Amino acid sequence: MRPSARALTLSAVSVIVVLILSAILWVIFAGSVDHLQTTFNPKSDNAIKIHNLYKLVWILAGIVMAAVLAITLAFSLIFRERPGGKAASHIHGNPKLEVMWTLIPVIIGILIVIPSFQVIADTTGDAPEGAIEIVATGHQWWFEFEYPAAGLVTANELHIPVGRPVEIELRSVDVIHSFWVPQLAGKVDMVPGHNNRLWFTPNERGEYYGQCAEFCGTSHANMRFRVVVESEADYIAWVAAQTLDAQPAVGELAQAGEGIATTLCAACHTIQGTSAAGTFGPNLTHVGGRGLIASGMIDNDAEGLAEWLSDPAAMKPGSKMPNLNLNSEQIEQLVAYLQGLQ
Amino acid sequence: MATAVGTLPMGHEENSLWTWLTTVDHKKIGVLYGVSGFIFLLIGGLEALTIRTQLAVPNGTVVDADLFNQLFTMHALTMIFLAVMPLGASFFNYLVPLMIGARDVAFPRLNALSYWVFLSGALLLTSSFVFGGAPSGGWFGYAPLTSSEYHISSGMDFYTVGLAILGTSSLMASLNFAVTIINMRAPGLTMMRLPVFIWMTIVVNFLLILSLPVITVALIELYFDRNFSTTFFSPSVGGDPILWQHLFWVFGHPEVYVLILPSMGIVSEVLPVFSRKPLFGYAAVVFAGVAIAVLGFAVWSHHMFTTGLDTVPQMVFSATTMAIGVPTGIKIFNWLSTMYGGQIRFTVAMYFSVAFIALFTIGGISGVMHASPPVDTQQQDTYFIVAHLHYVLFGGAIMGIFSGIYYWFPKMTGRFLDEGWGKLNFWLLFVGTNLTFFPMHFLGLSGMPRRIYTYDSGFGWDTWNMVATIGSYTLAAGFLVFILNFFKTMRQEPSAPNNPWGGSTLEWATTSPPPEHDFDVIPEVRDRDPLWYDRDHNIEQPAAPEHLHIHMPPPSYFPLVLAMGLALVGVGALSHLAITGLGVAVVVYAIWGWALEPTD
Repeated sequence: MRPSARALTLSAVSVIVVLILSAILWVIFAGSVDHLQTTFNPKSDNAIKIHNLYKLVWILAGIVMAAVLAITLAFSLIFRERPGGKAASHIHGNPKLEVMWTLIPVIIGILIVIPSFQVIADTTGDAPEGAIEIVATGHQWWFEFEYPAAGLVTANELHIPVGRPVEIELRSVDVIHSFWVPQLAGKVDMVPGHNNRLWFTPNERGEYYGQCAEFCGTSHANMRFRVVVESEADYIAWVAAQTLDAQPAVGELAQAGEGIATTLCAACHTIQGTSAAGTFGPNLTHVGGRGLIASGMIDNDAEGLAEWLSDPAAMKPGSKMPNLNLNSEQIEQLVAYLQGLQ
Repeated sequence: MATAVGTLPMGHEENSLWTWLTTVDHKKIGVLYGVSGFIFLLIGGLEALTIRTQLAVPNGTVVDADLFNQLFTMHALTMIFLAVMPLGASFFNYLVPLMIGARDVAFPRLNALSYWVFLSGALLLTSSFVFGGAPSGGWFGYAPLTSSEYHISSGMDFYTVGLAILGTSSLMASLNFAVTIINMRAPGLTMMRLPVFIWMTIVVNFLLILSLPVITVALIELYFDRNFSTTFFSPSVGGDPILWQHLFWVFGHPEVYVLILPSMGIVSEVLPVFSRKPLFGYAAVVFAGVAIAVLGFAVWSHHMFTTGLDTVPQMVFSATTMAIGVPTGIKIFNWLSTMYGGQIRFTVAMYFSVAFIALFTIGGISGVMHASPPVDTQQQDTYFIVAHLHYVLFGGAIMGIFSGIYYWFPKMTGRFLDEGWGKLNFWLLFVGTNLTFFPMHFLGLSGMPRRIYTYDSGFGWDTWNMVATIGSYTLAAGFLVFILNFFKTMRQEPSAPNNPWGGSTLEWATTSPPPEHDFDVIPEVRDRDPLWYDRDHNIEQPAAPEHLHIHMPPPSYFPLVLAMGLALVGVGALSHLAITGLGVAVVVYAIWGWALEPTD
């Protein structure tokens, strides 16, 4: 049976409509490469492996979607009831065709499964020799980063050198969190009682944005962090600076602030080199040097610090840091001290 | 109770409140399920609208973090357990006896009990909003966030008790339908002549029978952890939060098919009738449905690819998940082939069914994408998944349900929903679905996590969030048009003939709406499409005998009493032991009365 001219025209129209639609969608998808947390612009070896697979999956998915949509549209147009149209044919099935379209999804599945297995094997095993060991711990609602070899503890801002593998052990002290920096690696959950591991080798310097990806309670939305990938020299300098004790307070204002910090704040925060040795909250020894505070939520400047100190829960609902009811003078003193902790 | 034996006058319906409270008629119970499910669909929709309004712009201030978390948790629970499942149950109730040529389900009082237990569970769960706050740990309730340490409000107890009660209801209904379909088919209606909708009903009910016990165990353990200091899921003393995830998803993944398979069944009925040809590849469609259900129990860990699953289980669960794409693909191609060569009549029901194919395909394909674990590590817990699941559940399940409503409305009420309004209803929902949910793919790829109550400008998320919010209001308009259409239609006089669409299945052999006893004479089935066979072979419907003496089960108030007893047990579990004791007493009384109640 030869298809009629009408059927051919309507098929062509359907294909063109679907192709135009697919092209528009692809442009929008591809446009997300510049976004801060894009999954389309990998910057580490493992992220690139995932991305190559991702591209293959996208192309196959796109072809299947376009084909099914075009067929649906074409059949809807061609076989619409028309005066004088042919009576509906009473076919019950066609075993050959049915076997064929059983095989299509099988083949597509195999095409995806084989490279997927390869990437799983390549990215989930042991980290390469000489990887920098880091322990990342999820807290409600901030990230703690520990470099055991250097004896260094910091929060919400991870520094790593370009071109060297890092292996991150993922822990949680309370509920399940998830460690995700889309441009550097796929996410892995931080499950209390399970120490998961994740490794990758960053291949380009820059600042990468990450965010907790497992719902973890009231302020799940406010649990962000950054990874700074820097040159080996910058990294070594950073580690050296971070392992020093806190700088002593300079000036009357900051000294008064130190007094508050080592009393009121000391129950929860550590400031190495002072009597403050709490471990519930982030380590503040070098807090002045971080770009953002409150787990990547606001700029680390005088204004931001003052706002945070005056009422943490206003900025981060449910915050475990209580409102200490500081007066504006105390806040000013604390801000001066914290900014000095470079 | 008085008994109602003897001649049943046709066309005479008692409509008092008491009739509805004591009914054991599968059609009335179907209507109760349908109306309740639709009301909860609107409640879940309002929750979604609030969520979308909050996220329309960066740093939204419509609701606070805590209320937002309650809203997205309750949105999922409401839509899954209180809207889509009961709407499915509504179709099962109304249609199963009619489509298999029976006069009612196997256990009519149990059927009524299922509904009343569902309603008490639904009200209990929803009432948490006014009793100290709704659950806010997500519908998946991952430990240890749901423990009494991290979830202080009693919302999570409403979750465990409410879901356990709802599960009891579903379990009773499932057994009832399975027994009915297997035992009460009309003469000649062999299993391989069953309408596909009935096949999907059996599959759904076996999925529920096998998966509900698992979640019940998990819920009881969670309840014990929260209230009696057990430590099943508590990592600090040797429990394991991952155990909860396994138990939850062993139930949770089959549950997805519980939501979508009824709509696949509906579409398999609507497409052939309006294409005016038999379903293409009947056996393949049936067995594909069964295969989806069987495989559905072997894929649960794909929800857990990022939890630190080892290399080999990642591979195994990836392969089984891909395998589900095969029967799903078979179904899609068979539906399309059913349209091929047809004389398609584009009624509103057909619009919804064709839209189902297109939208469900998009959701299915994105599902295959994150069946690959490495890809999933970039998509899990982002808006990409939100897009995927809504294409399956809104583009799939809801479109199928609307198709079913427009298709069977004349059978259920004797009235036709207005086709003009229906097309407006359709286009608003179709455009709204794509406007709301397609942009979520973009958001996910730009790294927007799910379940965040706020986001900053500068991540490239502003535009598509706004578009999605506009889409959600378009959907709301679509629902409004449907409601108007419904009330407009119900004011008209019934005018529908027995078989207005030229359907091939048995429900179209009786009057619209059907008499209480469904069929004056139980039809005999000679083919997979019985009414078409009879039409083509000039076989007349047997005439009704002059005096009908059909024995129907009498109404009973014991199902309602028993359900209220169970509700009291639930309320007691949330408040005071004494109330539980009272509830148990009511349950015992109701079972006693039920057992001794005369049934003729």
